[in-house]
Amino acid sequence: MSAVTELLQQVVEGVGSGAVYASLALALVLIHRFTGIVNFAQGELAMISTYVAWQLVASGMSFWLALPVTLAVSFAGGMLVERIVIRPVQNAPELTMVIVTVGLFIFVNAMAGLIWSFTVKDFPQPFPDGGIDLGGVRVDWSSLGIIAVVAVVMSLLYVLFQHTSVGLVMRAVAGNPASARLSGIRVGRVLMLGWGLAATVGAVSGVLVAPVLFLEPNMMGGVLIYAFAAATLGGFDSPVGAVVGGLLVGVAETLAGAYVDVIGADLKVGVPLVIILAVLLVRPQGLFGRAAVERA
Amino acid sequence: MSTITATLGTGRARRLRATLTTLLAAGVALGAPFYFAPFQVFQLTMVLLYAVALAGLNLLVGFGGQISLGHGAFFAAGAYTAAVMLDRYETGHLATLPVAAVGCFLLGLGFGVPALRLRGLYLALVTLAFAVFLPPLLKRLEPVTGGSMGLTVDKLQAPAWSGLAEDQWTYFVVLAVTAVALLLARNLLRSRVGRALLAMRDNESAAEVMGVRLSLHKTLAFAWSALFAGVSGCVYTWVIGFVSPDSFSFVLSITLLAGLVVGGLASLYGPLLGAAFVMYVPSVAQDISDAAPGVVFGLLIIAVMFVAPTGLAGLAGRLRGVAASRLTRTTPPAADDRTPDSEPSASPAPADPAPVDAEPVGAQPRTEKD
Repeated sequence: MSAVTELLQQVVEGVGSGAVYASLALALVLIHRFTGIVNFAQGELAMISTYVAWQLVASGMSFWLALPVTLAVSFAGGMLVERIVIRPVQNAPELTMVIVTVGLFIFVNAMAGLIWSFTVKDFPQPFPDGGIDLGGVRVDWSSLGIIAVVAVVMSLLYVLFQHTSVGLVMRAVAGNPASARLSGIRVGRVLMLGWGLAATVGAVSGVLVAPVLFLEPNMMGGVLIYAFAAATLGGFDSPVGAVVGGLLVGVAETLAGAYVDVIGADLKVGVPLVIILAVLLVRPQGLFGRAAVERA
Repeated sequence: MSTITATLGTGRARRLRATLTTLLAAGVALGAPFYFAPFQVFQLTMVLLYAVALAGLNLLVGFGGQISLGHGAFFAAGAYTAAVMLDRYETGHLATLPVAAVGCFLLGLGFGVPALRLRGLYLALVTLAFAVFLPPLLKRLEPVTGGSMGLTVDKLQAPAWSGLAEDQWTYFVVLAVTAVALLLARNLLRSRVGRALLAMRDNESAAEVMGVRLSLHKTLAFAWSALFAGVSGCVYTWVIGFVSPDSFSFVLSITLLAGLVVGGLASLYGPLLGAAFVMYVPSVAQDISDAAPGVVFGLLIIAVMFVAPTGLAGLAGRLRGVAASRLTRTTPPAADDRTPDSEPSASPAPADPAPVDAEPVGAQPRTEKD
């Protein structure tokens, strides 16, 4: 295998894992757009959704039937979390809300351990084995499948936000909640909807990554760090940025692991740290974000 | 705020009460190791040690309004500094303390500069990523850190002249470090940095207009809080005599934050309560199930934020405030200013730690309109 095809091979694999990061980063960005906070529990919500899918499959349901059921459950779960956990502190300072999401992180993680134990579980691989050969570069069906699923989710979100009346209302609330309320929009319901959507998008990332990482309560911890790096790189207020950032982070991680000897497989988790620090130093608003201008 | 303090009694009575409370606390603290069994003394030592880290975290989160999800990493940095110095260079225990402190201060500056340029949550992201990255890094640096196996070093030994058992001696050493650290934290809050910090938390724009350099002071606050965590970690090595990467996972950082929130943000004795929480709750809850400590911590954090943003310490303070106002309702509050030995300073604040407790981080930030 020549050096070029090997490089391409690594890039393809990076895009595969990057699609998963992009999906979770998109969930983070959605919440950030609606509530202005970073939801530290996003990964754990995705993890528990994945457990729901696992439970359904383990009880005999086919994967492709279990998936929509899981997404529906996640949507409802996300709305409930907004209503029960977030709404009461909505007008509290940012710090309070963040601490609440950290509390939610700890709670959901431990509940998963309590219900399903901390032992690692096999998650069924929904895509067929094997792959296709593109001029020496081997692309697994599973990578293609992940990319396809994430692309479908992005397109649906795009259509929802740009071409439906619900999307218009949601954009209004994200842009200016006070004005939206004055125009007669039920802001609370829209926020619930936003959290539900974010939980659904996050669930997709969990279900896609579970066959690779194996299912256990701490599965999403590492993915969350990569998603943070992706959202920071793309800009926390840009959904497009989250997707581009996710793909870039995935490729950077794979290349760094393969070509930089010092990093290797064990220190790859340093890559998101470096990316976050570098973005904050060079372009703090991220690639697609708008620089925040504060009016005192 | 001055009327609240005033209702607590006249200056002299208040000072007397403060002295008595301090003496009582000192007496209990000094007597405890002679009363309890060695294992319980060890647990108390751990509470004191965690209190140092929580006091540092409190500076940042409670008083500074910034959030760190990676203080376990600074704790680990301090612990490893001590362990490596003891293991490789055989310096005495005491020599490791300043090195760990200064090292963590500089590390805090290094991470604070990029993370605190902006308002918002980037410090939380950076510290979280750092906390996750540190254990694999420690495993990789095997020649120095001993890799996954960790390092075993000498614990503190009681000198012969003291006539104390090892656990008692260790307790007293840690008690001394903790007392100095808590005093330092209290005094820091009354220094330029502390006042700038409180001003920023209450109203960032107003503070900036008054000439507080925001990013500088935030970064300094973060560095100081990293220093406290480093000292705490260093003392941890003295007490436990063993460090390994798995002792300092991301869970430690989360546990520290949880302990602080439950103990009481922006309270001076909240860290002590929180430290007791960090020490005892997991060991009790673990008997029920592996997941139980997490369930308890998670639920309590959310519950505390909902109903009592000032934590256990604030709850106690509030009850005391209610009781005090009932008891002294007949006393005219103005009596306070006419005590003969009152200082020329117009501010009644420094006499009692209570005024600093009064503004919890969970409360609505004050604006000029108030």
